[in-house]
Amino acid sequence: MTKGNFDTARGLALLTMMERIRAFEEQAILAAERDKLVLGAIHPSIGQEAAAAGLIWSLVKDDYLISTHRGHGHTLAKGADPAAMMRELLGREGGCCGGKGGSMHIADFGVNMLGANGVVGANITIGAGAAHAVKLLGGDQIVVDIFGDGAANRGPFLEGINWGVIFDLPILFVCEDNQYAATTHTKDVTGGDGPAARAQALGLRATGVDGNDAETVADTGAEIVQRIRDGGGPEFLHVITYRQKGHTSFDQAAYRPDGEAAARAATDDPIQRQKDVLTTAGIAAADLAAIHDDARAEMIEALRLAAASPFPSTDTAFVDVQDVGSPAVEAY
Amino acid sequence: MATMTYSEAARTAVREAMQTDATVWCVGEDLGRGGVFGQYKGLQEEFGAARVCDAPISEAAIMGAAFGAAMAGTRPIVEMRFSDFALCAVDELVNQIAKARFMFGGQSRAPMVIREPMGMWRSSAAQHSQSLESWYAHIPGLSVICPSTPQDNYSLLKAAIQCDDPIVYFEHKNIWGLEGEVDLDEDAEIGKARIRRNGGDVTIVSWSETANRAAEAAEQLAAQGVSAQVIDLRSLWPWDKPAVLDSVRKTGRLVVAHESVAVGGFGAEVVATVSEQAGDSLQGRVRRLGAPRSLIAYAPNLEDKMRVTSAMIADAALQTLGRTPT
Repeated sequence: MTKGNFDTARGLALLTMMERIRAFEEQAILAAERDKLVLGAIHPSIGQEAAAAGLIWSLVKDDYLISTHRGHGHTLAKGADPAAMMRELLGREGGCCGGKGGSMHIADFGVNMLGANGVVGANITIGAGAAHAVKLLGGDQIVVDIFGDGAANRGPFLEGINWGVIFDLPILFVCEDNQYAATTHTKDVTGGDGPAARAQALGLRATGVDGNDAETVADTGAEIVQRIRDGGGPEFLHVITYRQKGHTSFDQAAYRPDGEAAARAATDDPIQRQKDVLTTAGIAAADLAAIHDDARAEMIEALRLAAASPFPSTDTAFVDVQDVGSPAVEAY
Repeated sequence: MATMTYSEAARTAVREAMQTDATVWCVGEDLGRGGVFGQYKGLQEEFGAARVCDAPISEAAIMGAAFGAAMAGTRPIVEMRFSDFALCAVDELVNQIAKARFMFGGQSRAPMVIREPMGMWRSSAAQHSQSLESWYAHIPGLSVICPSTPQDNYSLLKAAIQCDDPIVYFEHKNIWGLEGEVDLDEDAEIGKARIRRNGGDVTIVSWSETANRAAEAAEQLAAQGVSAQVIDLRSLWPWDKPAVLDSVRKTGRLVVAHESVAVGGFGAEVVATVSEQAGDSLQGRVRRLGAPRSLIAYAPNLEDKMRVTSAMIADAALQTLGRTPT
């Protein structure tokens, strides 16, 4: 399905993944706001789907991925089951984490997705450690360690990246820059020339990419991933994107300049851009619509399954804390 | 049986674990030179720089990276140099390591030993002398071990390395050179106290270096005709409630002594548990000894003001018996 230099199969796969991510989050937001079934905070990545779909395209199942509180897209792209993810968001039995973690701690170790994280920047050192283990054990995996622009102002950014450099680890540090650190514009609270310049100062090869162009993210990601697989050592990728929604699904993002989000959604939406690319490549509108409809149907079904699932047994409140001194034996 | 120091006992436990399990490795500052107290001496020569790994002064990265490596199939021994410095890595330990197994629904484990040299040691002042073990006993997901003898440092460190959950392991800086007989075949069960001395008149509960002071106090009490039972808890979570409750039911008297600040210390937990579960066995008022809620100074006479001594423990024991210390 390659037309000229364009890889149509990959192009369609990237669109499919982005549509699935968006449909998942749209259903999650409905579950929160319409159905009151998601009780805790969820952090949508709507508008950022190209980063997840494009980057993870080059990974295999054994490669490790570690993510942030805004990690639904990364988790889905790594191969997690959306029904298990949706059960987790609803705090139900059969959720990826048994309903104990929710959105902010979503993880699927079955596909080596080592978890989202509720603490900004904390995953930077943890991902470096997973890469350290790969090196110690002589494995051939690589680690993709995704964090946001806000994390560049936390200590683990320096400590974790330095760790990757000095131990020459097989890791790609990815700053998925959606321009807002919670509700503050990142440029207002970040000194110097930003995350990539900081990473370069620590000795990393740093690349910047238009994070709303799935094809470019996938191309650039594939080149970097291959270099790391070939033993080239750690690298840094600055993926510049835009968060179309608020910090959480409850946040109306009134702090943004009037019209900014609407304008970006209208002109720089990664899904629409990928549809345009595919249309130019000759894909019929009906085929693109079918991808959208299938993704939506899949996630409506995921939500239906999740809502029909029971809450976890209360016994599990004491399970998987620790073996020695387990609260299942003695909690007081 | 071999005679070795507290430090050598720990090093022996680490060496044996590294010989038997290729996934065990050590990471921390200055380990290649033996660690700041020599407790890793010779290990890098024996096992190489990858497995006895010199880290930058980046406590958060040491803790966080070791955690990532634990989730990815290795068993790290994390050296924090001084327990005070582990405060630079509290997010990694408390928010990440302690919670990962539960939060991810049992998908992951963090088999780690976090070694944190604790306590007062020759004019080290306020940032190199603290005893913060009770903080970590408060955190679900963590176990807390505080050995007081070479034997226990060997046996408990070995048990901690074999454990599949994270353990905060407090070695006391003042007793690295303490010598004792070590039976390499003696296994320790985490959560089981050691009865340092049997006695029927008063129960003295302690741990870490202060347990050695408690044992001395028991000698002093014996000279005054008082038979003290000295219980070295060895671990604060889990802790050996049956041993303490059984002893108090026998003696009816209780002294708890620790080096950390008395206010909010783990001694309060021990006393509260005894009150709830064996309160009607008590025949005298309970005594709880810990540091005053002040700071540890550099000057030796000021530092001494923070110490719980064997004489203080013996006096407290006499008070529980209604006797006036002489």
